[in-house]
Amino acid sequence: MKAQTLYDKLWSSHVVREEEDGTCLIYIDRHLVHEVTSPQAFEGLRLAGRKPWRNHSIVATADHNTPTDHWDEGIKDPISRQQVETLDANIKAFGALAYFPFKDLRQGIVHVVGPENGATLPGMTVVCGDSHTSTHGAFGALAHGIGTSEVEHVMATQTLVAKQSKAMLVKVEGQLGRGVTAKDVALAIIGRIGTAGGTGYAVEFGGSAIRSLSMEGRMTLCNMAIEAGARAGMVAVDQTTIDYVKGRPFAPTGETWDRAVAYWRTLVSDEGAVFDNVVELKAEDIEPQVTWGTSPEQVVSIGARVPDPAGEADPVKKGSAERALQYMGLAADTPISQITIDKVFIGSCTNSRIEDLRAAAEIARGRTKAANVKLAMVVPGSGLVKAQAEAEGLDKIFIEAGFEWREPGCSMCLAMNADRLEPGERCASTSNRNFEGRQGQGGRTHLVSPEMAAAAAIAGHFVDVRTFA
Amino acid sequence: MKAFNQINGLVCPLDRANVDTDAIIPKQFLKSIKRSGFGPNLFDEWRYLDHGEPGMDNSTRPVNPEFVLNFPRFRGAEVLLARENFGCGSSREHAPWAIEDYGFRALIAPSFADIFFNNCFKNGLLPIVQPAEVVDQLFREAEQSEGYRLTIDLPSQTMVTPSGQSFPFEITAHRKHCLLNGLDEIGLTLAHADDIRAFEAGHQQRQPWLFV
Repeated sequence: MKAQTLYDKLWSSHVVREEEDGTCLIYIDRHLVHEVTSPQAFEGLRLAGRKPWRNHSIVATADHNTPTDHWDEGIKDPISRQQVETLDANIKAFGALAYFPFKDLRQGIVHVVGPENGATLPGMTVVCGDSHTSTHGAFGALAHGIGTSEVEHVMATQTLVAKQSKAMLVKVEGQLGRGVTAKDVALAIIGRIGTAGGTGYAVEFGGSAIRSLSMEGRMTLCNMAIEAGARAGMVAVDQTTIDYVKGRPFAPTGETWDRAVAYWRTLVSDEGAVFDNVVELKAEDIEPQVTWGTSPEQVVSIGARVPDPAGEADPVKKGSAERALQYMGLAADTPISQITIDKVFIGSCTNSRIEDLRAAAEIARGRTKAANVKLAMVVPGSGLVKAQAEAEGLDKIFIEAGFEWREPGCSMCLAMNADRLEPGERCASTSNRNFEGRQGQGGRTHLVSPEMAAAAAIAGHFVDVRTFA
Repeated sequence: MKAFNQINGLVCPLDRANVDTDAIIPKQFLKSIKRSGFGPNLFDEWRYLDHGEPGMDNSTRPVNPEFVLNFPRFRGAEVLLARENFGCGSSREHAPWAIEDYGFRALIAPSFADIFFNNCFKNGLLPIVQPAEVVDQLFREAEQSEGYRLTIDLPSQTMVTPSGQSFPFEITAHRKHCLLNGLDEIGLTLAHADDIRAFEAGHQQRQPWLFV
């Protein structure tokens, strides 16, 4: 039999039928649902008199609109509140395997909640009306974002209409240096291939540096696959994957567990499997990364300077760089380490898991936020992450360093709730997008790792975390 | 869904690469639980000089006269001409909803982001991929000649310039069929409900842990 990629295996094990032009019906195992992209889909079902095909495929939570402080006061913005209450009502009417509503202990960002509850398992197809669904590919699953019409389609039919993408292997060999994280690997990859480099591909991340990442790190990496243009990112199953899944609420047990593990171990690309494209990076070459522009591909190492658009040959790229510098209020050739910041955001589906908070706390421990930093906020990815962090005393470390310790949610990654940048404010952010206006109209976002964000909060400007003892 | 057959539409050139979905429809408008009414807030931060919020009367807001959509000559445009990686970023279908609600029927770019591209077809919008040189030529022509229109014919998969130059474009047979007929894809899929049930039964036997 022909050697198969991991993606081939995940794809072929879910094809219900195929048309002559290659369009397939793909069976969907897990459907994650949140309040922003689902109301129109539920309404569509209602108008057509349809029911969910298998409501036990649905795991839902409210995350985008929920506030991160004063939970006792509820959701103050009436439009945000209506959207969250609409999800409450829809889940009540249509059913789900699990629902973690606002204020529930297990509520949180949908891409944190799924894995920590064992609702994301190797070999699954996972979809959600959210582009960062690529996160779940870290488990050797085929996971990607869909639009609201497709949310409705999956609810009504348990399938998606799709064509198989091309396969890309991004291989990172070697050992990552101290202070270099999965976030830096993700940004370095995007810096190399560009935000459209993965368009049309499903990307598998491989190589010794990837295999040595924790599940949290793999989730960070796969989360950012979409920022490289790839709908789906994935990492092959190994012992790290299996150890993480074991004992989680929706993971199998007993004999079924053994059977599942035997199958999951086959979820790797075969020796000799052919990819349509292979990109290779050396782990030793990757340094802590900081974005300087308004696209994740506009990124450099901490020791570098803001690039000069004059050196860019491609006129479209040159125009984008000039526009980005103007929006960001930066001059070409400024050393990155001289850029001062106003706010720090540690959170988002990219970097809000326990390992991220531990790493940031390690930098903040015994230090104090710089006076010019107006706000340094830490937003755990879920209620369970928050509880774990508090059990370890991380909240106290942050609070003593002058950071704010908040309730879980998407928060200032996209600023749909009250957490946002004011026009002109500059933020060191562990989130995934530095687009114009993403964290608030006129806000200026620099993407970094949790360690680099914490270090910037202490220094008041970007600083090489490796120089922190 | 509105069917798409042939249009002869005014072309509006938006000369920026990597236009993301946050720019197409900013997050504050995603709080709506409806799928219509997003057109007035398409490109909100570029189009208006003030900060937009849901519920505002957009007709009284100060418009940015330098933004191409506000040029009188592009009023009523149905074809949006764009640069590479259009629609990158989030999966929000509010982006194609806003574009469609504004009045666009087709988009032309050297490349589109995958999720956005796919979302267009669910809403009667036709995204067309063309080589960069063709897009460059269309930008030049659309900017130079006022009232520049393209005839886009889905049955023959061609677009024709005012001078009669014709360019072919690709589309999968499935998408073409759905667009031409304005079909509800769920209805089409449910015609294969027996196949889905049969697959599901086998899938459950092979991986019972997926069916808790």
